[in-house]
Amino acid sequence: MKELDPLVFLAVFQEMLGPLLWVMLLLIVGGTVAFVALLLKERRIDSKRLVRAELAGLLGGVLALILMAKVSSSGFTDAGGPADWFLIALVFGLGLAGTAILIYTWAGWRGRRLAG
Amino acid sequence: MTKAHETERRFTLDRRSFIKFATLAGAGGVLPASASAAARVKTPARIVIAGAGAAGLAAASQLAARLDGAKITLIDARKAHFYQPGFTLVASGIKPESYVVTATRDYLPAGVELVEERIAEFDPEGNKVVTESGTAHVYDFLVVATGLTLDYAAIPGMDTELIGSNGLGSIYHSPAKAAATWQAMSEFADRGGVGVFLRPNTEMKCAGAPLKYTFVTEDYLQRRGNRGKAEIVYNANNKSLFSVPIVHEKVRMLFEQRGVKINYERVLAAIDPGRKIATFDTPTGPVEQPYDFINVIPPMRAPDAVRNSPLRWQEGAWAADGWIEVDKHNLRHARFANVFAVGDVAGVPKGKTAASVKWQVPVAVDHLLAQIEGKESMARYDGYTSCPLITRLGQAMLVEFDYKNNLTPSFPGVIAPLEELWISWVMKTMALKPTYISMLRGRA
Repeated sequence: MKELDPLVFLAVFQEMLGPLLWVMLLLIVGGTVAFVALLLKERRIDSKRLVRAELAGLLGGVLALILMAKVSSSGFTDAGGPADWFLIALVFGLGLAGTAILIYTWAGWRGRRLAG
Repeated sequence: MTKAHETERRFTLDRRSFIKFATLAGAGGVLPASASAAARVKTPARIVIAGAGAAGLAAASQLAARLDGAKITLIDARKAHFYQPGFTLVASGIKPESYVVTATRDYLPAGVELVEERIAEFDPEGNKVVTESGTAHVYDFLVVATGLTLDYAAIPGMDTELIGSNGLGSIYHSPAKAAATWQAMSEFADRGGVGVFLRPNTEMKCAGAPLKYTFVTEDYLQRRGNRGKAEIVYNANNKSLFSVPIVHEKVRMLFEQRGVKINYERVLAAIDPGRKIATFDTPTGPVEQPYDFINVIPPMRAPDAVRNSPLRWQEGAWAADGWIEVDKHNLRHARFANVFAVGDVAGVPKGKTAASVKWQVPVAVDHLLAQIEGKESMARYDGYTSCPLITRLGQAMLVEFDYKNNLTPSFPGVIAPLEELWISWVMKTMALKPTYISMLRGRA
């Protein structure tokens, strides 16, 4: 392996997460597809649903930080410099965005099914 | 740009990539550009790899992936594989013993034969190694990756059976003794007293580990409210705490902040585990040091079969301990052109870490392949190694450096090498082992 290579990343994440990696990738890909499909179908953003999804996203961000603390046997309180604040923001942001999109999508399709 | 420069640059990217992958993996990073796999080289060559630790397995994986038709034999008596970078985490109560133990066969590449025997003799003149059963393995190329031996017997009074009891710790010995050391250290952190830390007066694997463990013990004493009841002493073997001057200075400052007493030029000469007294050699004669907890790190040398072979350095600082005489930039033996040494047993400055292995193995493999093909390799190892130097629970300094004592940060301006950061700790606890395992499999 001579250069930065996506296969190396895949290998490392596979070692880190095991089968969970595929579950997560499936969730990310499936969630994104369902989200885009919902947007195309509705052709608008439902602001009420979005606010609720974002509120749930806040919880998702906190959960992501808790999970990170758990697996690293440490926590964001150990932050010592800007790189750490960036990492905290990144973990929180990913948790927030991921949860918000999933909840928005889930609520959207569920609402449509009930309505239909 | 010349060809040599291009190759150097290529490998510079490679060495940095190890830490980058680990860090980005830890931080949940993004995917960079792709690279293509090299074509396989057809050869009937017989290659013996002596030792199936990190270096031996990584070499086996890379050779198996890049050669077609070669007979690759991996020789090691130990069935278990130890993830040694995790020993300090076990001894710090962060990870269980099982975290560092797997099986060599889990990482054995397809087509590589594993001989589970100890090597009794290296015969580079006859191009063979002989195992304990008397079987001779003839080779065209030899990669020596035996690792090193911990010479506990060189410390009069030391009994490895006692590790974990009566304040006697030693994290290097084995996964079980690392866990036992955690018990002893935790009891010390509950009670206080005198904690004594040291390093041997030989080359050693992970020269940062003795320092890390001092920091972690100090932190546990603080957290349990017993720092005031404890004295912590660090006895350096020479006039420095770390071979890289700028890192030495930083550690000296941190030790001063944390109230760790530093003695220079003190080498553990004997220990009395019953009376809890360690005797240190100093320039002015032996000094007795009572302790309530001690982390014994024994002298480290090349295994006997290597020390007693023509492979070792014939003169100079590394001759006595039997380190193998290789070119420090390509890991090829100085006198036997078909022999390479990688990992702890290589007689090169610095290194003796998994990061060194990650960076040494591709260079040695590239030179070996070039030799098979009748070409010349420009791959060059500059001594890069890295040490996530834990300075308290939850923080570490990501120290990376080379032969010249230059700091070689993978993320200049983002992860400062001498800054105590959570991200460096996260990398150590979360991403390093997956990266290491990927390296064993030849995938990183």
